Amino acid sequence: MNLDYLWQGFAVALTGQNLLVGFVGCFIGTLVGALPAIGPINGIALLLPIAYTMGLPAESTMILLAAIYCGAEYGGRISSILLNVPGDAGAVMTAMDGYPMAKQGRAGEALALSGLSSFVGGMLGSLGLALFAPLLSRLAVGFGPAEYFVLMIFAFATLGSMVGSQPVKTLIGCALGLMLATIGLDATSGAYRFTFDQPELSDGIEFVVLVIGLFSISEALIILENQGRGMTVIRELGRMTARMSDIVRCTGATIRSSVIGFVVGVLPGTGASVSSAISYTTEKRLSDTEGTFGKGDVRGLAAPEAANNATACGAFVPMLTLGVPGSGTTAVMLGALMLYNIQPGPMLLTEHPEIVGGLVASLFVGNVILLALNLPLVQIFARVLTVPNWLLVPGILVLSVVGVYSSHSSVFAVFLMMGIGMAGWLLRKAGFDMAPIILGFVLGRVMEVNLRNALAISGGEISILFSSTICIVLWIMAAAVTILPAYLSRRARVRTLQPT
Amino acid sequence: MSKILMNTLFGAAVVMFAFVASAGAEPAKPECLAGAKPGGGFDLTCRLAADALLKTKQISAPMAVTYMEGGVGAVAYNHVASKRSKDANLITAASSGSALLLAQGKFGHYDEGAVRWLGAIGADYGVLVVAADSPYKTLGELVEAYKANPADFAIAGGGAVGSQDWMKGSLLAKAAGQDPKQMRYVALEGGGAVLTALEGGHVKVGSGDAAEMVKHHLAGKIRILAVMAPARLPGDLADVPTAREQGFNIDWPVWRGFYVGKEVSDADYDWWVQAFKKAMDTPEFAREREARGLFEFKLFGKDFDERVRADVAQFKILAKEAGM
Repeated sequence: MNLDYLWQGFAVALTGQNLLVGFVGCFIGTLVGALPAIGPINGIALLLPIAYTMGLPAESTMILLAAIYCGAEYGGRISSILLNVPGDAGAVMTAMDGYPMAKQGRAGEALALSGLSSFVGGMLGSLGLALFAPLLSRLAVGFGPAEYFVLMIFAFATLGSMVGSQPVKTLIGCALGLMLATIGLDATSGAYRFTFDQPELSDGIEFVVLVIGLFSISEALIILENQGRGMTVIRELGRMTARMSDIVRCTGATIRSSVIGFVVGVLPGTGASVSSAISYTTEKRLSDTEGTFGKGDVRGLAAPEAANNATACGAFVPMLTLGVPGSGTTAVMLGALMLYNIQPGPMLLTEHPEIVGGLVASLFVGNVILLALNLPLVQIFARVLTVPNWLLVPGILVLSVVGVYSSHSSVFAVFLMMGIGMAGWLLRKAGFDMAPIILGFVLGRVMEVNLRNALAISGGEISILFSSTICIVLWIMAAAVTILPAYLSRRARVRTLQPT
Repeated sequence: MSKILMNTLFGAAVVMFAFVASAGAEPAKPECLAGAKPGGGFDLTCRLAADALLKTKQISAPMAVTYMEGGVGAVAYNHVASKRSKDANLITAASSGSALLLAQGKFGHYDEGAVRWLGAIGADYGVLVVAADSPYKTLGELVEAYKANPADFAIAGGGAVGSQDWMKGSLLAKAAGQDPKQMRYVALEGGGAVLTALEGGHVKVGSGDAAEMVKHHLAGKIRILAVMAPARLPGDLADVPTAREQGFNIDWPVWRGFYVGKEVSDADYDWWVQAFKKAMDTPEFAREREARGLFEFKLFGKDFDERVRADVAQFKILAKEAGM
C-alpha cells in the first residue's frame, strides 16, 4: 500500500507553523468541548473565517479545524464527569460512569483515565484513517457528473439516520438547506435565482455566513434564554492520576470500543453519539458481571471515550476520500475546503496530497498534544466551566461579526448572518437540528449541478444515472445505508433503556 | 488677527491642495480592487499593475490590492459606480468577461457607461482542447466529427452558461453548423474540473484559456487543438495553430484591464493612463506580464473605451444567437 502521502503529510504537519496551529486548535477544541453550550461545530464555525482572513494556507486551516474537532471530543468528557452535563453529543455516555466516580471523590482519576482512553481511541482511529484513505481514493478516476450525483444521493440517504428520532424534521431541515443552495447564479442556464436584484446575492449565500448564523448566533441566543438554570460543579478532584490496575482493567474495553468507534465513524451519518452508545452497551453486555456499570465502573468510562475519539477520526474517511460529510462538523470542514477553491471529492488525495496527508498526520500529532494538554492541565479546563454567560455570549457575538465582516468586507453579509441567526434560533426552538440544513446546503449545490451536467451530457436521457458500475454500487449503498444505521441505533437504544 | 491669518492660510492650502489634486498628481493611496476572491484573474491583473507600477517607480507607495467578491465582478462594479465614483485613488480590475456580463445585463442596473474605462495591460486567448488520447488531431477533424454526430459531443467549460467558456463552446457549435442553443454544454467549476472531465472521458471537448491550459498541454494530459487568437502565440504554444489557420474564423481574446469611477477628473484619468503607458514600455513590465502567462496587449484611453463598447455590442448579438 502506498503511504507516501502520509510521510509527505508528516513533513507538512511538523512545520513550526502547523505545529503551532495544531496546538492552538487542540487547546481551543478542549475548551469548546468542555463548555456544555458550544460543541465542535460552533468552534469550527467561529474560527474558520478568522483562519481564512489571516491568510493561513488551506492545509493549515484544515489542521486547525481538525485539531478543534478532536480536541472537543477530549473536552466533552470534562463537563460530563464534573457536571453530569455532556459537553457535546459524543460525551453523553461518559457521564454514565464518570459522574458517579466524581461523586465518590474520584473525579481526578476519572479525568486522567478517560484522557488516556481518548488518546488510545484517537490514535487507533487515526491509524485506521491513514490506511483506509488511499484504498477508497483509488476509485476516484471514474467519477463523472452522473457518479457524483448518485454519490450525493448516497450522502442524503445517510441523513435519515443522523437525527433518527425526528425523521420529518430532518427532512424539512434538509429541504431548507437545498432551497438555500438554489439562491444565486444557476450555472446551467446562466440565470440569477432568488437574488432580488441584489448583486451581493449573485453568488448565493456564502457558506461562512450561513454556518455562523445558524450555529453561533442562534447558540448565543439560546444561552441567553437559558439564563439562570443552575448547575453544580464538582470541585473536589481528588487524586489526579489513573491507577495502573484500572488502566489494565480497561485495556480490552478501550481497544474494542476504538474499533467500534472507527467503523461507526466511517459510516456517514452516524456520529459520536451513536458510537459511544454502541460501545458502552457492548462493554456492559460483555463485562458487567457484578452490575457495577452506571455506578462508577472504569470500563464504562473508558469505552465511550475511546469510541467517540475514534469516531471523530473515522468521520474523516468519507469526507477526505469521497467528499461526503459524515457529520455536521465534517460538512463545515468540506465547506472550508470550497472556500479555498478546492473541490472536495474522490480526486482530493491525488490533487492535494499535502492537505489530506497533512490532516491525517496532524491527527497523530494532535492526539499527542491533546494527551499532554489534558493530563496536567485538566484543572484549568475544569475551571472554564465556571465562565459566566455575560462573558461568553458577547464573546461569541463579537467573534461572529468580526469573522464574517473580515472575510467578506461587506455589511450586507453581517446583516444576512444576523437574519439567518434569528431564523436558526426560531427553528431550534421548534425542535429542528441545524446539521441537516448545513448538509442540505453543502450537498445540494453539488447534487443539482452534477445532475444537470449529467443530463446535459446524455441529452436528457435519465439512463446515464444507472450506466456505470460505480453508479450501481452507489445506489445499492444508498439503499443499505438508509436501513442499516437505523437498525444499529435502535439496537443501541433498546439496550441502554434496559433496566440495570 | 492671527486667527484670521491662520484661517486664510488654511483656506489657501486647501485650495492649493484641491488644485494640485485636479492637476492629476500621483494618488496618495493607490488601490486596486479585485472583484473576486484572492487568486483569480482579477487578482492577477491587480498584482501585475501593483508590481509593475512600483518597480518602474510610477508610484512611490505600494498599491494596495483589495477584494470584493460577488457575481464575477458585479458587486465591485456596483460598488464603484454607486459609492466610489469620485475616488481617483482607485482602479478596478476588469476583463472581456466583464463586457460579456454587461452585455447580458448581469451587472445590476448599470451598463457599460457607468464607469470610465481606463485601459488594458495584457491578454489571454481562448483555446479548444481535447483529451490526450482523443482521436481528433486538428480542429477540422473535430468539427467534422461534431457535424456528423452532434448528440455525441458534450463540451465542458470552467464557467456557467453565459460565461466566456460557454461563448467559446457556442462559437465552435456555430462553426460546425449547429444551433448553439442545442449545444450540450457542461458547466464546471474552473479549468481543473475541465481537465478531470476530459481525462475521465466524460466530455469530448473542453474550452478554456491558454494561460491555464498550457501546462497541462505540455505535460501531455490534454491536447490544445486551436488557439482562438488572430496570430500564433509566442513561447510554449508557438506550435499550436490558430483557429483561423485551420479555416475557422473564431477568435476569443481575453483582455485584462481596469476602469475608474465615472466622476474621476480627466486629469487624474490621464495620470493613470500615462503611468501605465510609461510602465509598459519597460522590460520589467514584459517580464512581470510573461510571468503571469499574459500576452502583449496594450490599449488605453479613448481607444480602450471604444473597444469595450464595441465588445459589449458584439457580445449582445452573440449571446442572443446562443439563446441567452
